[in-house]
Amino acid sequence: MKSIITEPMIPKPFRIHRKLKETHDTYTIELESTNGADGFPFSAGQFNMLYIFGVGEVPISISSDPSMPKMLKHTARSVGTVTKALLNLRRGDILGVRGPFGSHWPVEEAVGNDVVIVAGGIGLAPMRPVLYSFISHRDKYGKIILLYGARTPEDLLYKKELELWRGRFDLEVKVIVDSASGNWRGNVGVVTTLIPRIQFDPLHTVAMICGPEVMMRYTLKELQNCGIKNENIFVSMERNMKCGICLCGHCQFGPKFVCKDGPVFCYDHIKELFGKREI
Amino acid sequence: MQTLEPYLAEHPFLKGLDPHHLNIIVGCASNVSFDAEQYILHEGEEATNFYIIHQGKVALEIFTSDRGPITIQTIGEGDVLGWSWLIPPYHWHYDARAIEPTSAIALDAKCLRAKCEEDHDLGYELLKRFAHVITQRLEATRLQLLDVYGVH
Repeated sequence: MKSIITEPMIPKPFRIHRKLKETHDTYTIELESTNGADGFPFSAGQFNMLYIFGVGEVPISISSDPSMPKMLKHTARSVGTVTKALLNLRRGDILGVRGPFGSHWPVEEAVGNDVVIVAGGIGLAPMRPVLYSFISHRDKYGKIILLYGARTPEDLLYKKELELWRGRFDLEVKVIVDSASGNWRGNVGVVTTLIPRIQFDPLHTVAMICGPEVMMRYTLKELQNCGIKNENIFVSMERNMKCGICLCGHCQFGPKFVCKDGPVFCYDHIKELFGKREI
Repeated sequence: MQTLEPYLAEHPFLKGLDPHHLNIIVGCASNVSFDAEQYILHEGEEATNFYIIHQGKVALEIFTSDRGPITIQTIGEGDVLGWSWLIPPYHWHYDARAIEPTSAIALDAKCLRAKCEEDHDLGYELLKRFAHVITQRLEATRLQLLDVYGVH
């Protein structure tokens, strides 16, 4: 689904409909347009610039279902001035939304293939829309596997949905945490160690990775070891984005701009840039 | 009677091993099973076996007086549990607890150490394979130490 943004630098007012606590420092906020009739078409993987009046603007991935454009959801972690202010807003408060910006996950290109999704930490947020899309068109895909790594069991996002997804016979969901107390019955270790435990057809698999860059680096290696081709691996990059429309240059990534050419890139197109210290 | 040989011959850890060496290993192997919550090994105890997990899930734990048992890693089907049997003084460095009903093949450490001393080719083969496992675990541990999901 392609949206047409007529005035990309002008924020549209949205009202906070609900605010859900995901972890001690991460919330999902549900936004509805102040003009209730307006939908907000977007594609899985795109992001919005959220403007907290008087504080500033921050790029946040859309984490809701693309087939339900009237309710926008964003999951954000309180790490800086703007995200702290964002997460201090309450139900009924108004904020500005610009977007949607950027590229999207290859949902259509993956049709007929197995899909391996690897998410780390808050990287599950931009993956949730793609999971919704796959689930709603489940018969179009082969195996769908989600591997999700987090710091501790308390840091897992979307716990209820994870349970629902794990309960489905047509999804394979494996969760792993870096450390846990003795009460945790799940996996402990790094997300890359889950890759040898899953089975898929490497020649007909599309892999999508989102998480901290170092995690993506090691995940790439494991997926390549399994035989997935670079052109079938997609990563979501993160850089400091300001304008969202490729004007300001803040998010320059070599010859590319993360806000417009990304955030979702085919790994084959950025393999020379990925992991370079100078970029 | 079915022996463990067909399973061990196909296991990734032992695949490609010289048949003579595989026979020696099969001679030191036995089937074992553990209930959920049962401890397989305890820190400080003598490392009398190592295990190839056939089915189930095992937590490697370190006990701390203030936080209780901390799980540092879980391993499962196809993984190898334990390398302290290779390194003097042959004592476990952590606890291992089955968190699901777990079946495994136990390899008698004393038996294997003696065979490795007699046949250095077997010893070298096993060490190479364990070095690979240890390297993978070390890489994973380094990544865990980076705390990549934390706020930095």
